[in-house]
Amino acid sequence: MKDIFTINGQRIEYEFDETDVLLDVLRNNGHYEVKKGCGEGECGACAILLDGILVNSCQILAASVRGKEITTVRGLGNVHDPHPLQEAFADTGAIQCGFCTPGMILASYALLKENPHPSDDEIKQALDGNICRCTGYVKIFEAVRLAAERMRKNV
Amino acid sequence: MSDLKNVGRSIRKVDALSIATGRALYTDDFPLENPLSLMLLHSPHAHAEIIAINTSEAELVDGVVDILTYENTPHTLYTTAGQGYPEPSPYDYRMFDRKVRFIGDRVALVAAETAEAARKALAMIQVKYGELEAIFDPEGSMEPLAPKLHGEDAYAPLPVKYDPLRNLAAEVELGFGDMAKGFSEADLIEDNIYHTHFASHCAMEPHATKAYFDEKGRLVVITSTQVPFHVRRTLARVLDIPLRSIRVVKPRIGGAFGGKQEIILEPMAAYVAWKHKRSVRFVLSRKEVFTFCRTRHPFRMRFRTGYLKDGTITAMDVDALMNSGAYGAHALTVLSNSGSKMLPLFNKIENVHFLGRTVYTNTPVGGAYRGYGATQAYFGFNQQIDIIARKTSQDILDFAKKWHIRNGETSEVFRILGEGKEGVEQYIGSCGLDECIDRGAEKIRWYERRDLHFSPVPEKVRGVGMAISMQGSAIPLIDMASASMKMNEDGSFNLHVGATDLGTGSDTVLSQIAAEVLGVSPEKIIILSSDTDLTPFDVGAYASSTTYLSGKAVEKCALNVREQILTTASQILEIPRDELLYGEGRISDRSRSTEVRLEEVCLHALYTKDQYQIQSCASHVASESPPPFMAQFAEIEVDTQTGEVKVIKFVSAVDCGRAINPRLAEGQVEGATINGISYALHENYIFSDNGRMMNDSFWDYKIFTAPDIPEIHTIIVDSEEKTGPYGAKSVSEIGLNGPAPAIANAIYDAIGVRLFETPFTPDKILRELKKL
Ligand code: FES
Ligand code: FES
Repeated sequence: MKDIFTINGQRIEYEFDETDVLLDVLRNNGHYEVKKGCGEGECGACAILLDGILVNSCQILAASVRGKEITTVRGLGNVHDPHPLQEAFADTGAIQCGFCTPGMILASYALLKENPHPSDDEIKQALDGNICRCTGYVKIFEAVRLAAERMRKNV
Repeated sequence: MSDLKNVGRSIRKVDALSIATGRALYTDDFPLENPLSLMLLHSPHAHAEIIAINTSEAELVDGVVDILTYENTPHTLYTTAGQGYPEPSPYDYRMFDRKVRFIGDRVALVAAETAEAARKALAMIQVKYGELEAIFDPEGSMEPLAPKLHGEDAYAPLPVKYDPLRNLAAEVELGFGDMAKGFSEADLIEDNIYHTHFASHCAMEPHATKAYFDEKGRLVVITSTQVPFHVRRTLARVLDIPLRSIRVVKPRIGGAFGGKQEIILEPMAAYVAWKHKRSVRFVLSRKEVFTFCRTRHPFRMRFRTGYLKDGTITAMDVDALMNSGAYGAHALTVLSNSGSKMLPLFNKIENVHFLGRTVYTNTPVGGAYRGYGATQAYFGFNQQIDIIARKTSQDILDFAKKWHIRNGETSEVFRILGEGKEGVEQYIGSCGLDECIDRGAEKIRWYERRDLHFSPVPEKVRGVGMAISMQGSAIPLIDMASASMKMNEDGSFNLHVGATDLGTGSDTVLSQIAAEVLGVSPEKIIILSSDTDLTPFDVGAYASSTTYLSGKAVEKCALNVREQILTTASQILEIPRDELLYGEGRISDRSRSTEVRLEEVCLHALYTKDQYQIQSCASHVASESPPPFMAQFAEIEVDTQTGEVKVIKFVSAVDCGRAINPRLAEGQVEGATINGISYALHENYIFSDNGRMMNDSFWDYKIFTAPDIPEIHTIIVDSEEKTGPYGAKSVSEIGLNGPAPAIANAIYDAIGVRLFETPFTPDKILRELKKL
């Protein structure tokens, strides 16, 4: 089947099977920034924003997202014009292998949109669904705090 | 060295922004034209012979191109361990085999036009197994009547002890002094057996390999590996194709931790590609990573320590049994590391004996895993010294300080025990362990917490514990790294290294070293790494080697380039070479009145007179392996009702020489520490009676996530290792050694319970509490 997807503000038509999960459809169409760490909803590497809400794209049928806005980490910024979260992750050393990073940044983005001044506990809870094996999370927390601070100053 | 401009600075990782913005490419992100999908059939039996395998029906599935089994693939024996040549691991593995040796072992591989076709065909392969008796318990593996896993053909390429007919995958023995005397002099003997368990690396990126043919018909293998050059060598041998026809590329890697020092997927992927002249995509599922890939080798370690009433250790006897699982990947070297990375730490013990054996069992295969045997050994070691310190009424901190190796000192063990051969004598040139202990103790508030049994609420009790450890930095006189470099007209440099950045940040650290030597900012260093066509050789990322070994190769290479720059500058300025000053981005005379910028030097060299390319290459082999040192402290809380152990605060203080990039070094310690705490408290393989791993998903194999993270402190103590680049040693592995024993010691401090077996699950705590 075919459907129109809105990804990072752009409308585009993809062909897919009824049973295809969104993660595979995104990756098959060049959205490699959405990672697959487990395919079972356990790791958050495949996280995207669906109408601003954080979801694991491996747990969603592509056929079910009609009319919704998809945001991936590429939708937040690029190397020439990165989002403060992307900068903060780079600045604090929150990125080691980076396989968890797109999901982590989106989870942090979803948090900061709702709560621009999160406590440490709120940060931890917001990132609960995203596994990182490299960093021990310490610098990821720091990145979220730093981004929150920079974003607050900018508005 | 206080005027360093780039070394010692926490600059951003060179690939950080491309990763953060979703542009960095990992293996499975490279688009291929119509790749074949590869999928494996795994063994449902722990030990069986394949009596018949019928693929005819499966082959009829639309889209199936080939099905590989032991009947139609090369029978070359090799090891999946990606090590130097010849490998210290036994050759006991074929691409496919008539025998399967653990549940999850490979049986057949389908290559199909689509993943659906491959999946469908997998279900239609009919295999008739003749089940064989299986052995799961390493203790019984060497019994005469125990089932044997490997036949007479398996062999060790190095002259080391290997006896597959007794299930013996490796043996290491060493000793010095007089054990009988040592034990007879002892007032007391502390004799304990410690067990450490299986664990999965859990790199977030599952193992992946892609292959395609370039326009000249050469095979390009893109793969998530720590060892691209070993992959190329192994592929050429196993597939019997010319090495020159293979190019191995390591792109960004989604974590490795030793798990990708294994050459698992590449031979199968390359074989299908080569046979059908097609591109292929081979990506494992998470479940396959758990059940089919590598694990941390479980150990049983018996420590017998003789000591006097005043705490003087008179003898140390260690008997280690390592479970290799079904194949012998790293069977010898992880075992020898459990001795060679532990015993030298207490170098003042005069009578020492170590006997280690690695045995085969029908369980998942062990492999390299961050810490590499040292982690397993330090679990027992640190509890042993905690026990002895307590029994002789000493603070473990003082006890550790009295016995650990110091600057200018050596250990017999360095000389005796190497990797599959003798070791290399070395004297410690940098040891900041005392400072690690002191500063860590201060941070954890040791003296305010120890022996207090502080209880915030009636059923909860707190305690603190410490563990110390050392590791190495590269494998001396064996491992080699190299780098090449050329200069561009804008004063930038291309740096090509074989070194393999696994997310650890080595591309960044190596750039900083080059930038330091050449007096430029790190942005002026354009690094390219780990491509067997484009970059010079490097053994790869293992044995805590990259900063120390590859870093030194980069330093040497950059020094050569610097020399050429000075020579050309001397021609331009008409000032003798040794009267020139090499400054930041420019060369001048001593008074700084005339100068030439780097850009001008390069332009001159390329276009003006006696034209040449300013360029160089260099290799480095380390003559020793200076250990980093670490003291780690845990403050924990035990819930005596539920048996749950919670880490409240964890402090790691490390001497890694000079940290080239302190923030990245901290990150290495933090990542290893959390992995270690997670391993200590709940990660484990749970097996069914017939040897099946039951918890093969992140739902059931719980690793730490954000809410689990305690208060973490990382302290980098100042130290300088003369043999390393700008004083650096290694840092990536050592942080995993301390958490389990520090927590075990803290549990004892809290509730008086000794745990001799990891992980420290509530049932074990409750069971031990009942015994009190
Ligand atoms: S890939 Fe979707 S949660 Fe892991
Ligand atoms: S940085 Fe590697 S998993 Fe998070």
